[in-house]
Amino acid sequence: MADDKDVLRDVWYGRIPACFTLYPDEVTDREAEPFYLLLPRVSYLMLVTDKVKKHFLKVVKAEDVEEMWFEYEGTPLKWHCPIGVLFDLHASNTALPWSITVHFKHFPDRDLLRCSSSALIEAHFMSTIKEADAFKHKGQVINDMQKKDHKQLWMGLQNDKFDQFWAINRKLMEYPTEDGGFRYIPFRIYQTLSDRPSIQKLFRPVSSEGHALTLGDLLKELVPDVISQDDDPKKYQVVIHGIEPLFETPIQWLSEHLSHPDNFLHICIVPAPSD
Amino acid sequence: MPSTLLWAVDVYGRVYSLSTAGQQWEQCRDAQLEFKRVTAALQCCWGIACDHNIYLCVHASEVPIRVREETYENQRWNPVDGFSDRLLPSDRWQWSDVTGLQHQPLDSFQPLSENWEWETDWYVDENFGGEPTEKEGWTYAIDFPATYTKDKKWNSCVRRRQWVRYRRYKSQDTWAKIPSEQMGSLPDPFNDISCGGWDITEEPRGRISLWAVSLQGRVWFRDGINHFNPEGTVWEEVQTPGEVVQISCGPADLLWGVLWEGQFLVREGISRDCPTGTTWVVVESPSPEFGAIHVAVGVNVVWAVTKDRKVWFRRGVNSHNPCGSGWIGMVGEMVMINVGLNDQVWGISCEDRVVHFRQGVTVSELSGKAWKPLSMPRDTERSHSSASASSLQSAGCFFGGEVRLQAQASVLSDVDSETEKAAAAAEVVTPCTEGDQATKKRIPKVTSDSFISELVSDREGQIGQRTLTQATSIPEEECAEGDTDGKDNAATDVLPSSSQLGQLDPQWSNVDLEEAQTHLTVGSGGDAAETSSLSSVATYNLGIEDPYGPDDRPLWAWVSGGGCFIGSHTQISWFNSTGLASSVQAMTLSITPAQTAAWRKQIFEQLSERSKREMENFRHYEQAIEQSVWVKKGSMQWWRDWKPHKWLDVQFALELFSGAEGNKDGILFIYYTFNDEKKYLHAFINEVTILVHVLNDSKHTFAIYTPERTKQRWPIRLAAATELEMYDWLALLNMSCCDSRGIQGPPSKQAIWSTTCKGDIFVSEPTPGLEASPYPTPCDQMFWRQVGGHLRIVECNSLGVVWGIGYDHTAWAYTGGYGGGFFQGLASSTDNIYTQTDVKSVYIYENQRWNPVTGYTNKGLPTDRYMWSDASGLQECTKANTKPPSPHWTWVSDWVIDYGVTGGTDKEGWQYAADFPASYHSHKTLKDFVRRRRWARKCKLTTTGPWQEVPPIPLSDVTIMPSGPKTAVEQVPLWAISNKGDVLCRLGVSSLTPAGTSWLHVGTDQPFKSISIGGVYQVWAIAKDGSAFYRGAVSSQNPAGDCWYHIPSPATQKLKQLSVGRTSVCAVDENGNLWYRHGVTPSYPQGSSWDHISNNVRKVSVGPLDQVWIIADKVQGSHSLSCGTVCRRLGVQPLEPKGQSWDYGIGGGWDHITVRGNALEAPRIRMPSLTDRRNSSGVQTPEMNGNTVGC
Repeated sequence: MADDKDVLRDVWYGRIPACFTLYPDEVTDREAEPFYLLLPRVSYLMLVTDKVKKHFLKVVKAEDVEEMWFEYEGTPLKWHCPIGVLFDLHASNTALPWSITVHFKHFPDRDLLRCSSSALIEAHFMSTIKEADAFKHKGQVINDMQKKDHKQLWMGLQNDKFDQFWAINRKLMEYPTEDGGFRYIPFRIYQTLSDRPSIQKLFRPVSSEGHALTLGDLLKELVPDVISQDDDPKKYQVVIHGIEPLFETPIQWLSEHLSHPDNFLHICIVPAPSD
Repeated sequence: MPSTLLWAVDVYGRVYSLSTAGQQWEQCRDAQLEFKRVTAALQCCWGIACDHNIYLCVHASEVPIRVREETYENQRWNPVDGFSDRLLPSDRWQWSDVTGLQHQPLDSFQPLSENWEWETDWYVDENFGGEPTEKEGWTYAIDFPATYTKDKKWNSCVRRRQWVRYRRYKSQDTWAKIPSEQMGSLPDPFNDISCGGWDITEEPRGRISLWAVSLQGRVWFRDGINHFNPEGTVWEEVQTPGEVVQISCGPADLLWGVLWEGQFLVREGISRDCPTGTTWVVVESPSPEFGAIHVAVGVNVVWAVTKDRKVWFRRGVNSHNPCGSGWIGMVGEMVMINVGLNDQVWGISCEDRVVHFRQGVTVSELSGKAWKPLSMPRDTERSHSSASASSLQSAGCFFGGEVRLQAQASVLSDVDSETEKAAAAAEVVTPCTEGDQATKKRIPKVTSDSFISELVSDREGQIGQRTLTQATSIPEEECAEGDTDGKDNAATDVLPSSSQLGQLDPQWSNVDLEEAQTHLTVGSGGDAAETSSLSSVATYNLGIEDPYGPDDRPLWAWVSGGGCFIGSHTQISWFNSTGLASSVQAMTLSITPAQTAAWRKQIFEQLSERSKREMENFRHYEQAIEQSVWVKKGSMQWWRDWKPHKWLDVQFALELFSGAEGNKDGILFIYYTFNDEKKYLHAFINEVTILVHVLNDSKHTFAIYTPERTKQRWPIRLAAATELEMYDWLALLNMSCCDSRGIQGPPSKQAIWSTTCKGDIFVSEPTPGLEASPYPTPCDQMFWRQVGGHLRIVECNSLGVVWGIGYDHTAWAYTGGYGGGFFQGLASSTDNIYTQTDVKSVYIYENQRWNPVTGYTNKGLPTDRYMWSDASGLQECTKANTKPPSPHWTWVSDWVIDYGVTGGTDKEGWQYAADFPASYHSHKTLKDFVRRRRWARKCKLTTTGPWQEVPPIPLSDVTIMPSGPKTAVEQVPLWAISNKGDVLCRLGVSSLTPAGTSWLHVGTDQPFKSISIGGVYQVWAIAKDGSAFYRGAVSSQNPAGDCWYHIPSPATQKLKQLSVGRTSVCAVDENGNLWYRHGVTPSYPQGSSWDHISNNVRKVSVGPLDQVWIIADKVQGSHSLSCGTVCRRLGVQPLEPKGQSWDYGIGGGWDHITVRGNALEAPRIRMPSLTDRRNSSGVQTPEMNGNTVGC
């Protein structure tokens, strides 16, 4: 790879092989075969699982069908998190494909939001983008866009159209050269071992002295435990899109290149594998 | 723009320069002496040193300043000796100039000054008007003077031959003393100096006006300064109505001086024909009570300083009104001000002697916004004491030599003024009291330094010097000696010698005596206060300044911005903290992988690992999202295909979809209504060969070509509503086309580059079939994509070295990026994209008709063309309504008369003819009833692209050695022609450092205009006379070769451009004929004759496979005719290198093509790098879920 643009493509076209199996207690007419699918890392579960639903509905009794939801090793999977984040957070370092259990009953209202239609996902996605742009440009860029541009962003994600999406999204990634970066970096930090769903804070990409801040600087400020001392064995992995960027990576670069389509940089902190 | 220099002198007389790319003042170490004033131009800097001589520092260039000296040897035939040097008594000299009137033996040529050296010995010029002569260069005639021929005939009674020798200016980058022989006529030394005038005319090249003021207030003009005579020839006095103390000459025709009495003198009538001007006009000082002491002028600005240090700006100054209309007081107190290039303003503040830059000076706001101090460090921050020791030493040397004169002068002068005595005493006391503070080493240094003393002493002090009594001088000597204690011997040696010579006066009196004489001749002079303030312009006023510590910041005395280019909107690296990084980046032209940072590498590696881990074994899985069609629609206008042609409102739609193999494709539709019937036109994206932005006055238009449309010479022409919309569509269409063809990233090394007449750059990836024989891929199927930037010429080789030349002759090296210009986001690389500028001229014509009553007027006949028109006369083009070519271009100059029109002009730029349109000539005859003159105005484009400037020499042609794809050449041979016709060879060019390191000048006997190097180091070039030259013995060991072999042009044709491939040599002449050099063999690389191939050819490019490509004129398509069409020669084979016929490609409007990177032989080599690199997505696998494949 020679160019940063290739990173965007790699991020966009990241796929997680998943094996969907029906929860054994679900009542079925006949045995449900597992369903195999390549899930786009940057998309949302409910947006890409129509095929799964169709597949299992063939075997589940229609009267037993409530809203479909997914679970991995006992953890209900939140559809409003990008798929890649769910995978990195819960299932990284496990064998592939990622085995996801499909439920049609007992919707865990305490853990999950209901998702009645894709319009809800769109609303969620757009509001996240707007939130991100509020951090980056006080919301000016997204607000200056036309309705059709917003639609193009969403359609790009929904239909997995990289070019369509980025034709608009690049405007959200611009910033005045003299500033050296966005106003604030939109990011979320997820930790498995924490009760808080995610950490989010105002963080500028450039220090008051004018030098670029790094991923390490961000972590130091927000989750200092993560940074192990020199001699300690590494306790945590900091995972973005399935990779572990070096701590000296400039946070601005990460925000421009490794953000999800919702324009947030989703950072997962997971325990290091103990082998 | 290459880096340029700001020059300054500090109060100790040390000269410093600050590069626009630098971050610190560099001391001019070469200057062994202290300087009083400097005045800079881009190519040189003039200065007055403390010995009162004028010195010149010419910046070294890789192209030397060389002047051809020539003389003729004449002989006459007699029956006894044959041809011999025994001439008839009535004949010319045996050695003469070309006319025979001047006796010119070889030994009469002596170098002009010690700054010149001979380059070679005398030799005979064997080239006779583009034809080689035989027999030692003799040309024959019946008698003197007559027409000479190269052939000896039966009636040839006389013969002559030309001897040639070159001399070279050697004193570059060093301060060379301007010979002062003819300065005998100058009664007094120079006091001020100012150069400018380089914008007045371009001929002769490098012409500069240098003005100087003597201590007596007389004004002198240095005549004859130009590129080939940097020192000029003679000083001419220009009479003035009063005594001038300071003078300032602008880049154009502005010249202002300050009179002793405080008014200004403005010179009027300065023009191309009269650089010294005609009359003086007096302009009053802005302030009634304070006279002016300093003035600085630019192109359209005048700044002044009055005696109270107030700064003033003159309103309404331009070349029609050099006096301007009124003064505006400005903020700030300055001791001096200088106006540099582009009317940028520099000053030295009164309070702290810091150089200030005037921020915000633009064409529309010439007075700028605010003063900004320039606090750059100096290269040496050594303590003042050590510096003073050295300056003391050198100053002392001059002092020793000068005192003798001064002592004599003092005897002659008689003095009686009481007030002067008193003033002198007061002046002397001041340094002494300060000297009492023993810690201040600086003070004695000043007093012992003849030059500095002149700087620091006030006028009344100078007057008083010669009247100093023994008593007053004693304390001062004590001062001096007190200081010299502990300093090196040289310094102390000087002091006794000085006191021996002039026992009366302390050492710093030498200069001032002359000044005093000035006073006497002047008469009573001004009052004390006035003179004091006057002479301390740009001097360091010792008495009132606080003492500074040894490491304190520099104290500046003089600044000159005449050699320092700062654009109105360019960021100056001196003022921003990140400037260092950017300037370093700008300086390193070698292309190194920018992404060397460990973190970036890590991300790249991990991402590809991740893709492998998560996807490689699961490719057969079903994709969660099915690929579908994506449509983008919009409204546009379409130039309809049938007559009458007109713009039609249409709906435009682009449908994009993924094909079965994951490849992307699309169709574009144009929906229109014709006779109330809805119809549409469509084109497949994978058939589109090029998208071209078309210039149109009122619309934002672009053209889409397919192979079919190329054959028709009739593209689909569309116009978008706004420019933004057009660029959005162009970017999207371009990306879709590239996607459908699997092209991404930068062009390959094999790529074919071309430019259009608009300066746009297009690149095409050759397929192996392109040069296949006998059935090559037709070249109308080639896909061209645009690369950002603006170039006139682009040349490449197969190692990825690509160079371009802009319309302003700037050389650019390709950085390895792609995109830029209007390509943003994905279509452009993030790195290796830089700002690029280009400048070109727009021309309009002023036409006049003669009538018997009023002579020539702008009243034409009703049938005449517009009185202001374009070249054809068909379009009205007035100064006011003519716009730059597109909104991206901005005017950077005013309209000026263009004297450089072919055919010549009269003094006012007019060309005469019997009627419009006709052939024009430069002199009015009786038959001429019309005349015209050309006006030019420069405009500038700022864009971005993967190009970095290769300063500083402007080029007119460049060539890079083509080589096979596998050849590993450490140094890529690259030759170029400068815009003045010098042949240059670039050293240090490789794939990693495509810009190379330095130029090597290759001497020629005449200017050259085209050059090309072939695959085995055969260098061919074309001289201005239209004949060709072959450079012998060029090899990797000897990159510049050894000598030129003259090759006559085809009969009666003047060659214009050529290209050399592996072995083939093709050339184009001025009449559009294409010629092939026949008989070229390894043992006889010059070949034997020119064979005609074709006509209507504008340019030729011969590739590393000897493939021949041209830009052709007048190519007939089925719908239209095109000029400037890319064509390829078919049937070129080793045994048939001239080929058989033409294959027509994209056009018209193309201006240049280079196929010299394409060494892809058909068909066995597979194209590298164009195969699909995307390892993600798009791959449709067999159905698995539920039916077919099991895991």
